[in-house]
Amino acid sequence: MSKILIRGAKVLGGEPQDVLIDGESIEAVGTGLSAEGATVVEAEGKILLPGLVDLHTHLREPGREDSETVLTGTKAAAVGGFTAVHAMANTFPVADTAGVVEQVWRLGKESGYCDVQPVGAVTVGLEGKKLAELGAMHDSAAGVKVFSDDGKCVDDAVIMRRALEYVKAFDGVVAQHAQEPRLTEGAQMNEGVVSSELGLGGWPAVAEESIIARDVLLAAHVGSRVHICHLSTAGSVEIVRWAKSKGWNVTAEVTPHHLLLTDELVRTYNPVYKVNPPLRTEADVMALREALADGTIDCVATDHAPHPHEDKDCEWAAAAMGMVGLETALSVVQQTMVDSGLLDWAGVADRMSFRPAAIGRLEGHGRPVSAGEPANLTLVDPAYRGAVDPSGFASRSRNTPYEGRELPGRVTHTWLRGRATVVDGNLA
Amino acid sequence: MKRHLISAADLTRDDAVLILDTAEEMARVADRPIKKLPTLRGRTVVNLFFEDSTRTRISFEAAAKRLSADVINFSAKGSSVSKGESLKDTALTLEAMGADAVVIRHHASGAPYRLATSGWIDGAVVNAGDGTHEHPTQALLDAFTMRRRLVGPDAGIGRDLDGRRITIVGDVLHSRVARSNVHLLHTLGAEVTLVAPPTLVPIGVEHWPCQVSYHLDEVLPKSDAVMMLRVQRERMNAAFFPTEREYSRRYGLDGDRMARMPEHAIVMHPGPMNRGMEITAQVADSDRCTAVEQVANGVSTRMAVLYLLLGGNESAISPAPARTEENK
Repeated sequence: MSKILIRGAKVLGGEPQDVLIDGESIEAVGTGLSAEGATVVEAEGKILLPGLVDLHTHLREPGREDSETVLTGTKAAAVGGFTAVHAMANTFPVADTAGVVEQVWRLGKESGYCDVQPVGAVTVGLEGKKLAELGAMHDSAAGVKVFSDDGKCVDDAVIMRRALEYVKAFDGVVAQHAQEPRLTEGAQMNEGVVSSELGLGGWPAVAEESIIARDVLLAAHVGSRVHICHLSTAGSVEIVRWAKSKGWNVTAEVTPHHLLLTDELVRTYNPVYKVNPPLRTEADVMALREALADGTIDCVATDHAPHPHEDKDCEWAAAAMGMVGLETALSVVQQTMVDSGLLDWAGVADRMSFRPAAIGRLEGHGRPVSAGEPANLTLVDPAYRGAVDPSGFASRSRNTPYEGRELPGRVTHTWLRGRATVVDGNLA
Repeated sequence: MKRHLISAADLTRDDAVLILDTAEEMARVADRPIKKLPTLRGRTVVNLFFEDSTRTRISFEAAAKRLSADVINFSAKGSSVSKGESLKDTALTLEAMGADAVVIRHHASGAPYRLATSGWIDGAVVNAGDGTHEHPTQALLDAFTMRRRLVGPDAGIGRDLDGRRITIVGDVLHSRVARSNVHLLHTLGAEVTLVAPPTLVPIGVEHWPCQVSYHLDEVLPKSDAVMMLRVQRERMNAAFFPTEREYSRRYGLDGDRMARMPEHAIVMHPGPMNRGMEITAQVADSDRCTAVEQVANGVSTRMAVLYLLLGGNESAISPAPARTEENK
């Protein structure tokens, strides 16, 4: 493999430096590095980040290849600057056996655009009743460390307790989709002023917060770590902050859309804004940004949830929940966190690469940009401004809430172990 | 006025008064031996009903026919989630048939809004009740009934409901009638009080332009009209209230309670009534109860809405008598 010299990039937003890639690794980081024998990428004014890591991606394969495949999903990930994604388990069949997680893992290897780390289901069929063979999934070629019934909550307290305990044997983590099922029967959107006016079934904040409160207490009780998926309310932030203050091993993620959008958008009844957990209020958005800035929320995770057009081109109640997010995540984070002054680029590297990789115990990702490290890198042009055009997405689905919205920043290059997956904003 | 009628909140005071005045003109047509105007001759009105509602459908049907429109009834039970045709394909079909107006009843809140704003059809959309969202023509016919009774058919022309105290009792949480009424009655200057057990009051109601009380007896003496909402008996299975009898004791309207209302005050019900639940037979059958009158007023009001959405802005009636004479 040839050499690549990235010249004059602000590494993690710092002073301009050159980064030389040789083969699969970073050979040197410094100034005035020789370009001899290397392909030069001029990166003046651009930000160089460690390859982004997503803890929460729905690749839909196997089962819903009409909305996304591992190949199209990993292409979308590369375009968004990701070098590793965690593929959620709610496929058809559910990724609750070693066979299914190995299949997804192998498809990821074959795609070559981005590493795919399968997530295993906590319970058989995501039904919340019987533990899946967590150990078998861990011992498989896929080496599963993160387990989640995402899409559904592990609402049975005993099952949750057992899962938390059981995965300690191999340093696993349970990622909880916090949604008390009884409080969210028929839920269509955030419960509040807007839902009451629109006559849409409410998804109250307490349905998320009560599960998070229970689970941090359970994790503390059994001495396990627990990860909270797509935290969406100000109250959840308070609970996680409290749990962390106790020294308990809890981590949490927030999605880009919960950092930017509010339930006021639902007034359009346009199902592109229908997502689970639902878009909340402005006060929640501000609390989430603050929590991501101060580290209460550990990381950004996309909850990339592709759906075919017909599942959104209908009345609200009939529509599927979810938004695609891989290709817009970094831009939304730049707008809400960097351009607002809440987080610098080193902070972005932390929240979108170092910490998610650490939570997932993912090797070879979320590493510093320094000599000897794997060349998983993302180059960003923060000065770029452009309207989101879903017709150009690499994802098979188009269900973005940002269509036509101007967002800052663009990933110009992504390297996966030294191989360019994205060059000048296009798939390589 | 806007091109569609989706929410009562879309109506300004002047829009609403114009509809009520027009409805009053339409009501006079109903007193004629031939109850038909040629106004919408050659226009097509589709009643698109995804939910059973014979009362509302025949009311719109009668209204459109009295305006000489061609009426197509399209009953499309089920939705895009089930195996049925999607709302979009149904809409495209109606568009291809040349519907000038689509009157839609749907179990999903917001379906009429989607129909009106997604570019699927060009015609005017009239919301005939969507989920637990709104039912604006019901609110209009209720306001029409109140204005007739509390102000007077002739004295009411050009006037709103300024200062009238309207009490709406029952399952506000699930009621599209209540939502539309709160918007419209507020626009018309009335003072609205919602009365319900706290379980049936929506979250965030403090942002609505109305008062809320949990005690019917305190509100009755200060009411010019009391509107009883239908309460589904099944609600008690979801623990909204303990039993039918307890609901009826605390929030039902019986003869004793009606006696505490001011003499001029009326009792309203959008129907269908649950006799013995939210209203006793004694009240339902009394002269003060306007339930049947509301049905008649519904036709006049819906004529006014269809006329104003489809027929333009000229007065509905002044040219109409001449044409009606021709038709005779």
